[in-house]
Amino acid sequence: MASDLSAHSFRLANGGRIDRSRPVRFTFNGRTIDAYAGDTIASALLANGIHLVGRSFKYHRPRGILSHGSDEPNALLDIDRGAGRRDPNNRATVVEALDGLAARSQNHWPSLDFDLGAINDRLAPMFAAGFYYKTFKWPRTFWHRLYEPAIRAMAGLGVAPTESDPDRYTQRNAHCDVLVVGGGPSGLAAALAASESGARVILADEQAELGGTLLHDRISQIDGRAADTWRAETLATIAARPDVIVLPRTTVFGYYNHNHIAMVERVTDHLQAPPAGLPRERLWQVRAKKVILATGAHERPLAFADNDRPGIMLAESVRAYINRYAVAPGRQIVFAGVTGSAYQAAADAKSAGLAVTFVDVRDPTQCGEEVGELRALGVEVLTGHTIIGSVGRKRVAGLIVAPVNGPGDVGAHRTLPCDAIAMSGGWTPAVHLFSQSRGRLQYRDAIDAFVPGASAQSECSAGAANGTYDLAATLDEGWRAGAEAAGTTASRSFAVAPSTRTDSGRARSLPTDRDADRVRAFLDFQNDVTVKDIKLAVREGFQSIEHVKRYTTTGMATDQGKTSNMLALGIVAEALERPVPEVGTTTFRPPFTPVSFGAIVGQARDALFDPIRKAPLHDWAEAQGAVFEPVALWRRARYFPQAGEGMHAAVSRECRAVRSNVGIFDASTLGKIEVVGPDAAEFLNRIYTNAWLKLAPGRCRYGLMLREDGFIFDDGVVARIAEDRFHVTTTTGGAARVLVHMEDYLQTEWSDLKVYLTSTTEQWGVIAVQGPKAREVIEPLVEGIDLSPGMFPHMAVRVGRICSVPTRLFRVSFTGELGYEINVPTGHMRTVWDAIIKQGAPFGITPYGTEAMHALRAERGFIIVGQDTDGTVTPDDAGLGGMVSASKRDFVGKRSLVRPDMLLADRKQLVGLTTADPKLVLDEGAQVVADTKAPIPMKMLGHVTSSYWSDACGHSIALALVSGGRARLGETLHATTPSGFAAVKVVTPVFFDAEGKRVHGGLEHV
Amino acid sequence: MSERSAISVSVLGAGATYSLRIAPELVASVREAAGFDLTGSINTAISTGAKIAARLGPDEWLLIGPDGQSNALSDEIGAALAGHFHSLVDVSHRNVGISVAGREASMVLNAGVPIDLGDAAFPAGSATRTVLGKAEIVLMRPDADRVYRVECWRSFAPYVRAFLEETAREFNSQ
Repeated sequence: MASDLSAHSFRLANGGRIDRSRPVRFTFNGRTIDAYAGDTIASALLANGIHLVGRSFKYHRPRGILSHGSDEPNALLDIDRGAGRRDPNNRATVVEALDGLAARSQNHWPSLDFDLGAINDRLAPMFAAGFYYKTFKWPRTFWHRLYEPAIRAMAGLGVAPTESDPDRYTQRNAHCDVLVVGGGPSGLAAALAASESGARVILADEQAELGGTLLHDRISQIDGRAADTWRAETLATIAARPDVIVLPRTTVFGYYNHNHIAMVERVTDHLQAPPAGLPRERLWQVRAKKVILATGAHERPLAFADNDRPGIMLAESVRAYINRYAVAPGRQIVFAGVTGSAYQAAADAKSAGLAVTFVDVRDPTQCGEEVGELRALGVEVLTGHTIIGSVGRKRVAGLIVAPVNGPGDVGAHRTLPCDAIAMSGGWTPAVHLFSQSRGRLQYRDAIDAFVPGASAQSECSAGAANGTYDLAATLDEGWRAGAEAAGTTASRSFAVAPSTRTDSGRARSLPTDRDADRVRAFLDFQNDVTVKDIKLAVREGFQSIEHVKRYTTTGMATDQGKTSNMLALGIVAEALERPVPEVGTTTFRPPFTPVSFGAIVGQARDALFDPIRKAPLHDWAEAQGAVFEPVALWRRARYFPQAGEGMHAAVSRECRAVRSNVGIFDASTLGKIEVVGPDAAEFLNRIYTNAWLKLAPGRCRYGLMLREDGFIFDDGVVARIAEDRFHVTTTTGGAARVLVHMEDYLQTEWSDLKVYLTSTTEQWGVIAVQGPKAREVIEPLVEGIDLSPGMFPHMAVRVGRICSVPTRLFRVSFTGELGYEINVPTGHMRTVWDAIIKQGAPFGITPYGTEAMHALRAERGFIIVGQDTDGTVTPDDAGLGGMVSASKRDFVGKRSLVRPDMLLADRKQLVGLTTADPKLVLDEGAQVVADTKAPIPMKMLGHVTSSYWSDACGHSIALALVSGGRARLGETLHATTPSGFAAVKVVTPVFFDAEGKRVHGGLEHV
Repeated sequence: MSERSAISVSVLGAGATYSLRIAPELVASVREAAGFDLTGSINTAISTGAKIAARLGPDEWLLIGPDGQSNALSDEIGAALAGHFHSLVDVSHRNVGISVAGREASMVLNAGVPIDLGDAAFPAGSATRTVLGKAEIVLMRPDADRVYRVECWRSFAPYVRAFLEETAREFNSQ
């Protein structure tokens, strides 16, 4: 045995596509593995005599490498590329060997060879289908605390990485005339034909090299050339054509509507030293006019007892390891199957110098000349035999077979000694993508498989994916598909010798004389589902294949049952005694194979996760030590703490400055829309609830906007700049949706109105200067505008200059103080801001943030849409009934306001709340109730929408939406607190300057 | 890989930029305003000297002129369109222009732009409103073959620029 464990002990002396001049070393469970460039982890392990690579999901049974491709259910490894580059559940069959890579097996403790969890295998009778639905029912509270965590620890596969992923990922959108999925013979032929006429073609294949089965075909001649020569020449021809993109290592994993295809390209994982700047993976989104699915087929296992031992593989995979990787999966291989392809695999193994026996489970009358041909090579072929089981534990050591003498008559057992078994239970076309495209599958009895039927999208399948297994036919079909997709009528026929063996029998559960209750024949290797489980599910009354799938979990692992589904389906059909098409098939869903989160996220991480919109004075505010808060995508300065100040102190100081002297605020994020045209006033008259026709140029008005359903949608001040030009402002968060709402009405309902809308949100920066000293501060800086109250009253707008920069100067107030909102082109914001700060210094001008702004407006009872409203608040609910014009013929939302529901007396209405404890600031969102002793669930009357400490009032203040609130003025209610309830008094929602005199700053009389 | 050229992503100087809205039947009689050629079909950009007129919709143009001409240009355009109902709004401070140049510029853009930027679908002289990742942009290919101009709103510019620089990395480091 010692020699078997030396490096490359199972490497064949000649052949293969590996590069023997480029040795590669990686580790497997700490042991150094010698490999060659061109190896996968799986081929390298096999070359070193290692089959045992993991423990199974449920029973912790030793498992080996089953396949050579992306359908691998067993050989799932944790791959560590160093420095945070670790991820679990990699299929060893698709990971390319690389120096320094560390592979580890999963789901075992303390070691792969000695795994305590294997006790589950002895307890198998407990773990029949649906076992946890039956077992872990009681007591109910144990599920979350005990059962689920324990099951997860025991049954899990890989462990998710905890470190941040240091790799970069990117994405690309692409368009093409023809997307060919799969670079096997039919895909190559399709791409060759499609690109001939100059069409834009993308050819994607999940493997490192394109060629599919041609990569391990040593006998076929295509048009007189060896298969591999034809492959290389064809690929070179295709790649040299303009407008062709050939993508190896690229898995098409999703087929969505309108030929929108998602695929992931593995860019650097196979590179020893990737150039800096290359992403690890690239997610492609392709819009293809036509898709050709040349996705090949997956081989099925045979269902016999203990068919899951390490060393038991799929026959075509054994052929691939021998021919492509120059690896002998065993020196003494028993082939068992029902397919012509398995005979070819056996013949290849034999010519590689390995000892071969063939067991054909078909009746001798169903076998053809392949039997004689294989015998002529000196191989023992047993026909008409069944398989009773296998021997060995961590590596198969023999196959137990017996002749079938008649129905139910199994003859004497014979154990065929071996170190590998190659099984072939038939072929299943890889129809995953076709099914994702919503095409209809149809059952083709001759090959016992579902094949693509009617298309739902512009695609077609070719080759093995279409159930066509003969190489010549596959090439012809691929070429025809490619030519048609590119819109040409050229035809071509390929000459292939020798012809492909495509015959296949029908394998279900194999006859046995053992106790059926003790036989475990695995179907779904990854989820540990056996024939017995399927039969139990059927006995328990499950008939729909979708129910059987969910009850037994067959096909629900990360491999989505690529190897198992068709066999499982056959077993269900057999158990139900119904034909396969009547049982139907389960739904195929994306992704075809697992996709990394990195690829899906792409560039959208860290700073590129979302655009962060910074207000024009962000940098200034940051330098002042401002604390920011997100408002939609914007970051806004929330408050400006001075040394040692907390938020409470800072906000109180900022509020006090505005009320007593002057404050300055960056209000640039307010949405702005320029409304231009002779019908602009009429347009606004229809959009807002209040009247606009008589607003004179130079004047502003507060406007309230509803949705069609009558609920408050947005609000803001609108200035009439000229007869035909308005400057509309919206809330910060509402800017985009208000413009869309307006455009929608303009384009669909009132296309006769002569009005154009343009977003100017970012054209204008806005500096709010608010407080009794506001005029004194800005007056020296303003040119061409008379700020005297008589000439420039509250709610007026003037166009002029400030600091030599053009301005639209608004006299408006959201604080209740005398104030101005100075609009200047954004690029000039800093200049003007600095000048005002300088000018205001003698007056103690104080920058304030959104928190002070909120508190100041709440003291005056001004609502914030989206905070004090939630999409179910009418103007009357918000105490703004006066804003609704009674005389206008119509406006958006008008009809909804008279629906009976909108007029109920117990609607939630905006009120003020003051707390019995003046220092207590309620939580926003706190529920309001009448009786704290009421039984739970107690009736909730409403909730707190805004809550602040009011420096001006000397007590806390809150706004709330309370059922029938205005009729409750003076009542005591209760608001929830983290520890209980607080008594609150219902008051009018104006806490300060109830008469609203301060906006005039004592400069004028109302 | 060696034939790959560098991609340059650079923020362009502020232009005098306007959003012009005018009905197609009215513009047909005007054809030109202050040196901006308004005869292009939808999704085209016509460059005349330093001026670009990008037609983004049936009645919508984005006009980009040289910096420092803001007031004079708007007066000139207004004069040319006098008597025809239109809306001319100065968006010079709203927009930021970013140039993406290099042989693989379209691939860099296609990291976040979903539309077809192939030569047949998006030849020189094309312009369209689209998205780049999570930002709305106007994309133009005014004249030079592999030089694209991305116009976005001011506050999105850092994101757009960083996005383009990030996706350009694989073309610039080899």
